[in-house]
Amino acid sequence: MADTHAHEEQDAQAPEHAHPGAREYLAIATILTVITAVEVAAFYIPAMKSVLVPVLLTLSALKFSLVAMFYMHLKFDHRLFSWLFVTPMIVAALVIVALLKLFGHW
Amino acid sequence: MSVAVAVHAHAPGAHRTSTGLNSRKMLFWAFLGSECMFFGSLIATYLVYRGRDQVGPHPHEILNIPFTSVSAFVLLMSSLTMVLALAAVQRGDRRGSGIWLAATALLGMTFVGGQFYEFTHFVHEGLTLQTNLFGSTFYVLTGFHGTHVTVGVIWLWSLFAMAVRGKLPQSRALDVEIAGLYWHFVDVVWIAIFTLVYLIQ
Repeated sequence: MADTHAHEEQDAQAPEHAHPGAREYLAIATILTVITAVEVAAFYIPAMKSVLVPVLLTLSALKFSLVAMFYMHLKFDHRLFSWLFVTPMIVAALVIVALLKLFGHW
Repeated sequence: MSVAVAVHAHAPGAHRTSTGLNSRKMLFWAFLGSECMFFGSLIATYLVYRGRDQVGPHPHEILNIPFTSVSAFVLLMSSLTMVLALAAVQRGDRRGSGIWLAATALLGMTFVGGQFYEFTHFVHEGLTLQTNLFGSTFYVLTGFHGTHVTVGVIWLWSLFAMAVRGKLPQSRALDVEIAGLYWHFVDVVWIAIFTLVYLIQ
């Protein structure tokens, strides 16, 4: 019990880690630019037609995660902030999937 | 029973909280969570009605991918300048703060200008809110996003005005961090819109 309390207190008081520096931010921007270029290229390549949707969704999710983790600092901040953001996002994604199913898109 | 008392070191008027986390930052993350569901509902509406238009113009006839790709790049770069602005405020670099905040606001204005051009072009091509389901859902989704970007630009210029007057010291870095969270959020929403609306037609 005492251990649980101590752990909770330690977790709540855990200091936020230092944010990245300009070099890391530039590296992330470069990666984001490359991914965007790949997305646009994939759109124009006829051979990609059959796998275009999963490829684009994966690349988009990757960009989204990079911005959220490094620019919004979710990777370095308290986990509660991640939960506050990710939980409604999962709800929104489930609503989108449910509505697409309901309206006969699958 | 002991209560966690850690607070954000940079928060002005920092106060004790039961979670040990800054209340303003926590509130803003909760707000962004609600915004996720707001844009989720708009994206769902767009996707549900996609391909059910009785009359044109249809997305593949009118959407300009090269132009929108440049807009997406501009918004991505504005996220970079935003984090550089925050880093400048956190190290007390007044000149750097002003430069990066202005750069972010200008990139945001470029994006909004591009969207205004796109909307004007589409209207001339015959696509209005009332034309078809694509027009209604497209303008509502991208229009609400553009409105969010515009609010962000106003917020950034107000922070810029504070920075040049010397009213944005290190101790107020949280103000810039929260504005940054909002700005990055409109960026990630555009990442989703760019893929779901423009690239997956």
